[in-house]
Amino acid sequence: MSEPLLEVNHLKKYFPITSGLFNRTIGHVKAVDDISITLQQGETFGLVGESGSGKSTVGRTIIRLTDKTDGEVKFKGIDLYNVPEKELRKLRPKMQLIFQDPYSSLNPRVRVGDAIGEALINHGLAPKEEVRDRVLDVLDSCGLSSYHIDRFPHEFSGGQRQRIGIARALILDPDLIIADEPVSALDVSIQAQIINLFRKLQTTRGLTYLFISHDLSVVEHLCNRIGVMYLGTMMETASRDELFKNPLHPYTKALLSAVPIPVPRLKRERIVLKGDIPNPANPPAGCKFHTRCPFAADVCREQVPVFRHMGGDHYVACHLV
Amino acid sequence: MSSISGSVTKTEAHQAAVTPIRSSLWRQALHRLRKNKLAMSGFIFIVFMLLACFAGPLFSPYADNKINPANMNAAPSLKHWLGTDMLGRDVLTRLLQAGRISLTVGIASMCISVILGSILGAVAAYYRGIVDQIIMRVADLLLTIPGLPILFIMGALLSEWKIPSEYRMYIVMLMLSFIGWPGLARLVRSQMLSIREREFMQAAIVLGLNDRRKLFNHMIPNIIPLLIVVATLSIGGAILSESVLSFFGLGVMPPTPTWGNMIDAANNLIDFEKHPWLWIPPGVAIFTTVIAINIFGDGLRDVLDPKQKK
Ligand SMILES: Nc1ncnc2c1ncn2[C@@H]1O[C@H](COP(=O)(O)OP(=O)(O)OP(=O)(O)O)[C@@H](O)[C@H]1O
Ligand code: SF4
Ligand SMILES: [Mg+2]
Repeated sequence: MSEPLLEVNHLKKYFPITSGLFNRTIGHVKAVDDISITLQQGETFGLVGESGSGKSTVGRTIIRLTDKTDGEVKFKGIDLYNVPEKELRKLRPKMQLIFQDPYSSLNPRVRVGDAIGEALINHGLAPKEEVRDRVLDVLDSCGLSSYHIDRFPHEFSGGQRQRIGIARALILDPDLIIADEPVSALDVSIQAQIINLFRKLQTTRGLTYLFISHDLSVVEHLCNRIGVMYLGTMMETASRDELFKNPLHPYTKALLSAVPIPVPRLKRERIVLKGDIPNPANPPAGCKFHTRCPFAADVCREQVPVFRHMGGDHYVACHLV
Repeated sequence: MSSISGSVTKTEAHQAAVTPIRSSLWRQALHRLRKNKLAMSGFIFIVFMLLACFAGPLFSPYADNKINPANMNAAPSLKHWLGTDMLGRDVLTRLLQAGRISLTVGIASMCISVILGSILGAVAAYYRGIVDQIIMRVADLLLTIPGLPILFIMGALLSEWKIPSEYRMYIVMLMLSFIGWPGLARLVRSQMLSIREREFMQAAIVLGLNDRRKLFNHMIPNIIPLLIVVATLSIGGAILSESVLSFFGLGVMPPTPTWGNMIDAANNLIDFEKHPWLWIPPGVAIFTTVIAINIFGDGLRDVLDPKQKK
């Protein structure tokens, strides 16, 4: 197998909890607690989990938007945490992030055309007189019109703004796109269009996605591999078909049984999760899911389950499988 | 799910079509400003005042300010619309000449405060740490001491040192900027820090933009509208401070006329009761100019918000 595009090994990100006059650190939120992901060129990986499970932090730590606590991130074989600031800046165009909120992620005082084209100019990736044509091209690929180029963000709807955000990333011809819940701030009717745009771009440009969502039904349409996160830890990863046909982890089963679309492929028992997601500053010992797991046994409360290979590309962290 | 397509929906396209083709944020703001009658009346008054003060004296036959002992303290008449003062000079002409100085001092000290405050605020926000600490401690100190007493002390020192009248105008500008910059520095710093936390700045990092581009294309354009509003409003404050200072004989000194020292010149019982044309015109000039500036500044504040749509 060729070298993976992205290799994340044992990534950890702890946010200190400070209090008092001298900002003493009284604990840590383990937002990301030992996550490993490997993405091959052209793969589309869906990262799902409830709110607060640390999905955004994974994405942001991978591209060094926040610093890691521990672990390793390799992009095209380059250790991102071991390159100087200047080198990193040159690498950045090749790994792009699509933000969740299409309103706040665009500067209200920058014209759409400038917002999309400025990184090309700043990195010297295209001669100035070519930039406008490149912007027009990418506007077209993202379903926007050429007359939008001189508009300001506030003149657009949420769906259009997200297209602008996608265009801004796409013009740099990135290898990796991390999309952090890019449709969850949008109307349901618009969501499907944006997902379709993602799919179209993936097939036409062979992009690699790390697609973050709290909604399995969103990644189902887009991703060929899916990882399920809970409280900063990966619970299960498998190819999409395998995960939907043969979910092994109780948490995955619970998420799947909550997917509203009727799945004719398989009848499965409905698992309703009780209680709330525990405080990530004080996660349960042993299996982090044991406070809500209907099958929790004594061993679950004491020992952390190992992330085990179940054959194929199916991995799971549960004592009972 | 059948309506899925890569293209823009009808509603989206429609929404985009109703807005004019090419629009600049400044032009949109100007358009909104034109519709704000109150702000426009303030603006027109300010322009009128500027024209009157800077061009008016050119058309006055009394612009040389010749002393005329035969015509002292004359009441308003057709020859002297606002009467004459105790040296027989035309009050209207002097009022307009005083306006030149008062407006110049107000605008110039605002400019110096804004430049000083923006640079220091930006430097504090950019370097943080010890630089930030020093700049902001000094600013806080100056902000906690009320401005007028500082001005009074400085003014008294100037008189003590016998600074010639023609220089005092420039020194008063500097004095006013000295108490004006801390508020602006604080504002610029807090704006810079809050803009840096905005998500579009995170996007700028992801795009790998360099510091210069982040600062000049993303941060500064977001501060300028607020800076314009605050700068405008601070002109009014500076004019008022200069007037108070000059009224107490601690600002710009005669023979250089300002609205403040014109009132001061009439600051005795006889003039107050018998010659109201000596102090009412400069008083009204200060009052109306400052009000007009504040009204206009408030209008600008309402108009310069890009998210605000009509
Ligand atoms: N900058 C930060 N400082 C402190 N704690 C943070 C910070 N960012 C995130 N966290 C904490 O880390 C945990 C994971 O947050 P994260 O935003 O990654 O979750 P998420 O899965 O993306 O959730 P959501 O679906 O709500 O976006 C949360 O408990 C959050 O409070
Ligand atoms: S390890 Fe135990 S508690 Fe955790 S998911 Fe499996 S069965 Fe549930
Ligand atoms: Mg998130």
